[in-house]
Amino acid sequence: MTIQLAPPPRKAPGRRTAPSRRMARFDLKGVPYLLVSPYYLLFAIFGVFPLGYTLWVSLHDWELAGDTEFTGLANYGELITDESFWNAVVNTLGMFVVATVPQIVLALLLANALNKRLRGRLLLRLGVLLPLVTSVVAVAVVFSQLYSRDYGLFNWILSWFGVDPITWQNEKWSSWIAISTMIDWRWTGYNAIILLAAMQTIPRDLYEAAAIDGASARTQFWRITVPMLRPTIVFVVFISTIGGLTLFAEPVMFEGNPMMTGGTTGQYQTVAMFIVKSAFRDFEMGYAAAAAWLLFVLILLGTMINYWFTRRIGGAK
Amino acid sequence: MNNRLWDVGLLTKVVLGFALLLSAFPIYYMFIMATRTNDDAVETPPPLLPGGHLGENVRRLLATEDANFVTGLANSAIVAVTVTVSVVLISTLAGFAFAKLRFPGSKVLLGLILVTMMVPLQQMGMVPLYEMMVKLEWTGQLKAVILPFLVNGFGVFMMTQYTSQAVPDELVEAARVDGATTLGIYARVVLPALRPGMAVLALLVFMQTWNEFMWPLIVLNPDNPVVQTSIAALNSAHGTDYVMLFTGTAASVLPLFVVFVLFGRQIVGGLMEGAVKA
Repeated sequence: MTIQLAPPPRKAPGRRTAPSRRMARFDLKGVPYLLVSPYYLLFAIFGVFPLGYTLWVSLHDWELAGDTEFTGLANYGELITDESFWNAVVNTLGMFVVATVPQIVLALLLANALNKRLRGRLLLRLGVLLPLVTSVVAVAVVFSQLYSRDYGLFNWILSWFGVDPITWQNEKWSSWIAISTMIDWRWTGYNAIILLAAMQTIPRDLYEAAAIDGASARTQFWRITVPMLRPTIVFVVFISTIGGLTLFAEPVMFEGNPMMTGGTTGQYQTVAMFIVKSAFRDFEMGYAAAAAWLLFVLILLGTMINYWFTRRIGGAK
Repeated sequence: MNNRLWDVGLLTKVVLGFALLLSAFPIYYMFIMATRTNDDAVETPPPLLPGGHLGENVRRLLATEDANFVTGLANSAIVAVTVTVSVVLISTLAGFAFAKLRFPGSKVLLGLILVTMMVPLQQMGMVPLYEMMVKLEWTGQLKAVILPFLVNGFGVFMMTQYTSQAVPDELVEAARVDGATTLGIYARVVLPALRPGMAVLALLVFMQTWNEFMWPLIVLNPDNPVVQTSIAALNSAHGTDYVMLFTGTAASVLPLFVVFVLFGRQIVGGLMEGAVKA
């Protein structure tokens, strides 16, 4: 753009009338707020209002379209001593860890491989992203079949090593593994692409200097790549935390019926399933609302712990 | 430039080959199963080549009344398109204001969006949202699954980032000097420059909305489902009819694959660009 030395002749300011000046001021001062208002308006109705109202509901013995009675913190008191709630919390956290740790490691390895001098880069990246383009429900359906006891591919492969057929839904450890693999299959490639993008911004001189000093490829990976990726790893873990702690579709489809119990003894019932079950199977709205707020606290805590943990790991190198 | 770090070694080839195989196999398996019979589906090892029963499976799927599969597909298309158009429009408006206009409070307002992106609104708000829908008598209707998703904090954040680098300040200033109004600048200067970013956002939102499961499961009825809840119904009522179930899931991801094949390059580019800025 060139700098204009003289104002364009057709817009002489003196010719403006008072109302048009007011319009011009509104255009500068008011219109920006108009532009952002649709977001805040809709967000207030469908985001903020339900959030506050949930808090209000959680202080009541609240039944759907029925009687409500103010009970103060009774729901929270009951939740804190409710074993099935803590079971759901443990399941959610457990599956989050079982899914996320290998996922980040695999994504790092995959990103590192994709960062080499490769032919057909675009095709490779598309291939790695393919699982993201499927739907969660579809993934869960396919994997549930692959994990089926008698005809599943996984049990068939395990049988080569003399392992007896496993009923994957039956135990905590096996159902957690099955559900975690569904999550990892869908998200590892995506995270690898995010990490790859960050890897490509690391200055190549760093590696050249390290190579001159005789650092091996492995040393370069651990001493340069990983520390430089720290902010991106924090970002990836942060995103996974929200997704992981609100886990719902995979365990529901794995169970195969919409009862939300997460197995016969709640082996894989997550907090999100617990909330839906309380609200829409047991019709205890107040109780469900209290559980929703505790879930939020859990996510805040989880995010903070992750942040602290990831910083420490990265900082140690 | 003799660093061997960028060379493609055996390990790299093994890692990549394995990753591609793992990525593709479940999808391939799903499409194979859709062309087979239930007798084939329970064989071990499972069949790895297509059979000739696709038409028959599709016919059975369409004849399964409790799944309402076609209604589900059509409803999902309506919901996903509506939500996508709304999110892209609202996000570009707000993104333009945050990136290119100066107004008091803009920093605070933008910060508010970033904070709310951390809140699991769906899980937190489902009880009051459901009561709202009951009071409005919207349960079972598509507007119940459209309205809560019309705005998206991520969209505003992304379009703010994108606008600040895709639209030069000088261009906005020049249009102003020429007498254009703010809305005029948005329509004639900003929107054309945002097209690639809008495409990426649209694809991501479309996929996300197509995938929505929990809220539709709560608020819609089985006779007017979206495609995901239709498959859930199929899964719980006909869970052992693998090939019909797989035909349904294959059909449900087909629209996403079409989008991916057409716009895959932009999706990869958009994701990678967004990642560097985050």
